[in-house]
Amino acid sequence: MERDDIIEYSLDAHHSEEAGRKIRRKIWMVTLVMAVITTVEVALGAYWKEWFPSSWEAVKLGYIVLTLVKAYLIVSIFMHLGDERRNVRSIILLPYALFILYLLFIAIWESNYVNMMLEQFQ
Amino acid sequence: MAGEATKALSNDVLWGGGRSPFSISYGKMMMWFFLVSDALTFSGLLVAYGFVRHATTETWPIGEEVFRALPFLTGSYPLIYVALMTAILIFSSVTMVLAVEAGHRMDKKGVVKWLFLTVIGGAFFVGSQAWEWSHFIHGSGGYITMSDGAKYWVHNDTHDTHDPANAPGFHLVKAREGHYLLPDESAHHLDHEGSLKLWNERVDYVDGANMTRNEYGPSQYANFFFFITGFHGFHVFSGVVINLIVLILVIKGVFHRRGHYEMVEKAGLYWHFVDLVWVFVFTFFYLL
Repeated sequence: MERDDIIEYSLDAHHSEEAGRKIRRKIWMVTLVMAVITTVEVALGAYWKEWFPSSWEAVKLGYIVLTLVKAYLIVSIFMHLGDERRNVRSIILLPYALFILYLLFIAIWESNYVNMMLEQFQ
Repeated sequence: MAGEATKALSNDVLWGGGRSPFSISYGKMMMWFFLVSDALTFSGLLVAYGFVRHATTETWPIGEEVFRALPFLTGSYPLIYVALMTAILIFSSVTMVLAVEAGHRMDKKGVVKWLFLTVIGGAFFVGSQAWEWSHFIHGSGGYITMSDGAKYWVHNDTHDTHDPANAPGFHLVKAREGHYLLPDESAHHLDHEGSLKLWNERVDYVDGANMTRNEYGPSQYANFFFFITGFHGFHVFSGVVINLIVLILVIKGVFHRRGHYEMVEKAGLYWHFVDLVWVFVFTFFYLL
């Protein structure tokens, strides 16, 4: 049954041929960036470690940063979250961040402790 | 993207009732809520993996040393196969976003083309994962442990792990301390007679991987591999099925008659999420 008291948001998500061309260019640019990032990651894993073993910890941090960049591109551009209203972004991202930042904190803290105990008594 | 979300509306209008303050349809909002809960599940799994890995005092396997095989080829290609899988999934994500874009222009032919490619990409990914699981479970020959704790890798020409000592080309290579999978660089491949002697004096033989033990490292390593990549693989499989159903509906013209292709967008959200999870699995399970 059709209801006329609700705004049908799906119906006005359309865009013109002109806007579509712009969006497609953006999509291919993001694709290129992600392909480059993945290639760099694999190359670092395969070769950097053998050549410069002492800087491996810094590379690991770099991995996490590159992953977050990729995640941002996927969520913001491919999933269009960047195009939504700010309140939508907040209700999606803030609850998630609240749980996961705490979970990360408690996991790192406690695994440090477990590791210390195992070292001491094993 | 056009539509309500891009209009500048005052808070009085947005929150005044009679409309969604988020300018988003019910279906899309619920898909986002589902994805948040699913993201929490996957984060829990990856954090648990990090916990175990950080707490353990045993040597943890290194991604480049475990995953370095390619189908039909011999030799060492560290992480190339996993990188190919990642590329396949990212490209199927790109075709999906192009299908969504075509839907916004009511271009039915474009949606069919890009959605079809997305289904193909997803199927390729699931197939690749099946090969990787198979390779992980069968292993590369396994190792034996001696009474003094020394470890030797088992080699033979036919990769026989049931009765390796009687297979052609059987010999042992001393394993390197701190690495599960690399042979000792200074040690040569032992000859057949010496290998047989050590083989008969072995106290343990581990080959491949199962839920209790594996040749790569601590048992939790294989457990997390099976659970995390398995759970993700199941998501990919469901995604392929959902995309296929949506594709059939698109071909039948259901969404064209409805006047919008939002169903493609919602299936797309799920599909991008699967790609997003894989980006994290790739980093935290394979790279770090």
